[in-house]
Amino acid sequence: MKARLPLLGFLVLLAFGPLLLPEFYVTLLNYIGLYSIVALGLVLLTGVGGLTSFGQAAFVGLGAYATGYLTTAHALSPWLALLAGLGVTAAVALVLGFLTLRLSGHYLPLGTIAWGISLYFLFGNLEFLGGHTGLTGIPVLEFFGLKLSTGREFYYLIWVVLLGAVLATQNLLDSREGRAIRALKGGGLMAESMGVDTARTKTVIFLIAALFACVSGWLYAHLQRFVNPTPFGLHIGIEYLFMAVVGGAAHVWGALVGAGLITILKQWLQDILPKIFGQSGNFEVIFFGIMLILVLQRAREGIWPWLVRLVPFNANQQRTVAEAEPLPCRQMPAAGTVLLEVMDARKEFGGLVANDNMSLTVKAGEVMALIGPNGAGKSTMFNCISGVDPVTSGEIRFLGERTEKLVSREIARRGMGRTFQHVRLLPTMSVLENVAIGAHLRGDKGVLSASMHLERAEEARLLAEARRQLERVGLAEHLFDEAGSLPLGQQRVLEIARALCSDPCLLLLDEPAAGLRYLEKQALAELLRKLRAQGMGILLVEHDMDFVMGLADRVVVMEFGEKISEGLPEEVQKDPVVLEAYLGGVE
Amino acid sequence: MDLQIALLLGQDGIVNGAIYALLALALVLVFAVTRVIFIPQGEFVAYGALTLAAFQAGKTPGTLWLLLGAGVLVAFIDTVVAVRAGSPGRLKRIVLWDLALPAVVAGLVFWLEPDKLPLVVQVALSLAIVVPLGPMIYRLAYQPLAEASVLVLLIVSVAVHLALVGLGLLFFGAEGSRTTPFSEAQFNIGTLTVNGQTLWVLGASIVLIVALYVFFGRTLYGKALRATAINRVGARLMGISTTMAGKLSFTLAAGIGALSGILIAPITTVYYDTGFLIGLKGFVAAIIAGLVSYPLAAAGAILVGLLESFSSFWASAFKEVIVFTLIIPVLVWRSLTSHHVEEEE
Repeated sequence: MKARLPLLGFLVLLAFGPLLLPEFYVTLLNYIGLYSIVALGLVLLTGVGGLTSFGQAAFVGLGAYATGYLTTAHALSPWLALLAGLGVTAAVALVLGFLTLRLSGHYLPLGTIAWGISLYFLFGNLEFLGGHTGLTGIPVLEFFGLKLSTGREFYYLIWVVLLGAVLATQNLLDSREGRAIRALKGGGLMAESMGVDTARTKTVIFLIAALFACVSGWLYAHLQRFVNPTPFGLHIGIEYLFMAVVGGAAHVWGALVGAGLITILKQWLQDILPKIFGQSGNFEVIFFGIMLILVLQRAREGIWPWLVRLVPFNANQQRTVAEAEPLPCRQMPAAGTVLLEVMDARKEFGGLVANDNMSLTVKAGEVMALIGPNGAGKSTMFNCISGVDPVTSGEIRFLGERTEKLVSREIARRGMGRTFQHVRLLPTMSVLENVAIGAHLRGDKGVLSASMHLERAEEARLLAEARRQLERVGLAEHLFDEAGSLPLGQQRVLEIARALCSDPCLLLLDEPAAGLRYLEKQALAELLRKLRAQGMGILLVEHDMDFVMGLADRVVVMEFGEKISEGLPEEVQKDPVVLEAYLGGVE
Repeated sequence: MDLQIALLLGQDGIVNGAIYALLALALVLVFAVTRVIFIPQGEFVAYGALTLAAFQAGKTPGTLWLLLGAGVLVAFIDTVVAVRAGSPGRLKRIVLWDLALPAVVAGLVFWLEPDKLPLVVQVALSLAIVVPLGPMIYRLAYQPLAEASVLVLLIVSVAVHLALVGLGLLFFGAEGSRTTPFSEAQFNIGTLTVNGQTLWVLGASIVLIVALYVFFGRTLYGKALRATAINRVGARLMGISTTMAGKLSFTLAAGIGALSGILIAPITTVYYDTGFLIGLKGFVAAIIAGLVSYPLAAAGAILVGLLESFSSFWASAFKEVIVFTLIIPVLVWRSLTSHHVEEEE
């Protein structure tokens, strides 16, 4: 309860503020609220998802112009106009998202700059939108017969919408879909391997950010009662991004802090700078530009994390994982069934042949070890099998089905879990949440139910599953630690728990024992034996020969991308070809 | 539209396209070497043009104060760094480049009365004021963040752009300016009239492009920049300072920008914020080239120039919309042809 005190205080101030404050401050708060709604979308998009848009002001414009046009020219109800605006915005955002989101990082912001400018000029040049003078006579909003004609009345609508959006965003981030969104920043590869459709996830957050902006525009139009193109230009779009970055782009409340700070500063600078310089103009941008550069150089996280540190309440959030009904598990194939069959796989990187003529099989209930000197092509083989980087030619069958053309998330869905040679986890997220990403495909509740927290039953089951897997691998004490704070060896074990969380029947482990101490290695071997006994097939790449030979049922040895030997561990150890590969031949 | 108008528009488009091509080359260069998407490129165009215009109007350009101020700031920061690192040997260089050079330029401006001088000297002085701002801005804004992600660097670029536009308004006011043409000559080829200034723009662009080609192909510094573009870590291990590479590429970009501004100032009225749109059109061209290929960027720039001039004839109000929407089919094409490769930042 103590942790909620600052929030309660803030809400009380918000509720009674307009009753006491003079008109000027109410107007200022209205604008802060409107800007915060847009900045909140950018927090989701930029701070959390790692995508950037300079064109949010244009989405605001779509919302404002949609209602401006429909309510004046066609006398439509503002509420219907809101729906129309949301529809148009969604359509535009989907098209733009489709065009730019699949490209590498910087094309999206460049695209948004270009289209932010285009739309601004379009608003200013279309006859039916009133050209550069804009549209006037937009009707007053009516709310169950209550006319919102003054700023004081409008204030409550704006802030209720804003707080609703904050709550929905917070809920969304604390959910299965939220974890998928947060996983975007770690690069798409891990998320895709855990079954997250990253293109879809990116589109979703782009859409949400656009819709937030559209709602802000709708509110703006009915508050101002007229619209013209000026507030929807590129420079305002840039300002929205400033708000998010300065406030703290990774935190929902950062949007409010940033919007508040920039709005107030702008007001103040617009008063004072022309007096200093002796001429009028938008001189505050000089100040904002320099401020943003300093923020990025000195405190890239923005102001919010720094504010939180001033308030001691939030610091220690010890949470527990509630008991929940276990998730349904897949039917394990009978021991001895062939799970994975690789035939004549070949992988080329340009002119370099990394794998050639590779064939191997993995059966249920066995540990198959893939060994070989560094650079032999073992990890490449892993990437081919798991669909991260598909083979150039050859055939791969998983559970009897051809999978060499499938993307990694489709292969994950079919029951293959993997870890990475270079650990891929989200260092600032808790150990528990990192592992819960592995269970992504075992839930199906979407963004809407997540934002209203209607999926708590499923969420509890997912988290309980994550905890169960963490207990299984021996990380039960670290559930709420930051994943990045674990030593490297334990981070590898965390990846195993994450893979297990997806309920696989085949486990691909890339050097799981590297960085572990002797006792930890023994515990890991014990875990793998247990999994094998339960019918799991395990394909293992490992350099620790004691570990491999003590555990593996069969061994494949690779060198220069090709298989040079295959057999039982003791056979392989005596094979002269293998000895030559590892120790060098006798001349 | 008859042939004469088409020729006129074509000529217009090619002249603008040549300028966009120069800017696109600079943008590709800066991105390849430093991973900075150099939005403020356009401000150098405006600064170059307006500094020259200020000289011709007999005023002291405000950019001179910016140069002096930025020099002092860079000198201060670098001196602190040098003293902390215990290497006072760097001080000589700092004094020379960041304090002495701006001071000499300022001295010349006050002593020479530039409005009475020949155009060549005015141009040289303008370049001497604007070009050193490039490396100074790199030092102040980008160098502390050199290893940050492309996205962070992009946001910094936008911030620098805003600050420079604001300063431009402060220095030059909201009024636009034109400068006297390099040449008043006119040539008649059939029905087509070609202005001397047009030839100046085309000629200068071609000379610059050839010069860049030679620079990158034949000189050690050019090769160092190319090495940095291909592999930063590798270049560093070979003893190439990435800071030097960054400053050098910003110097080139500032030079190209300022010169472009000086070239177009007699043709179009330049305002303090004109540079942004011009720079962005260079961008569209650079994006056509995927921010990597120089010849494609140049070809894209000519395309942008032609598209702009012809659309200004058919649908002048929507000129900007059409040019910036061009980026969308390009992005579609890029998204269809570029295969998905995971990059680790």
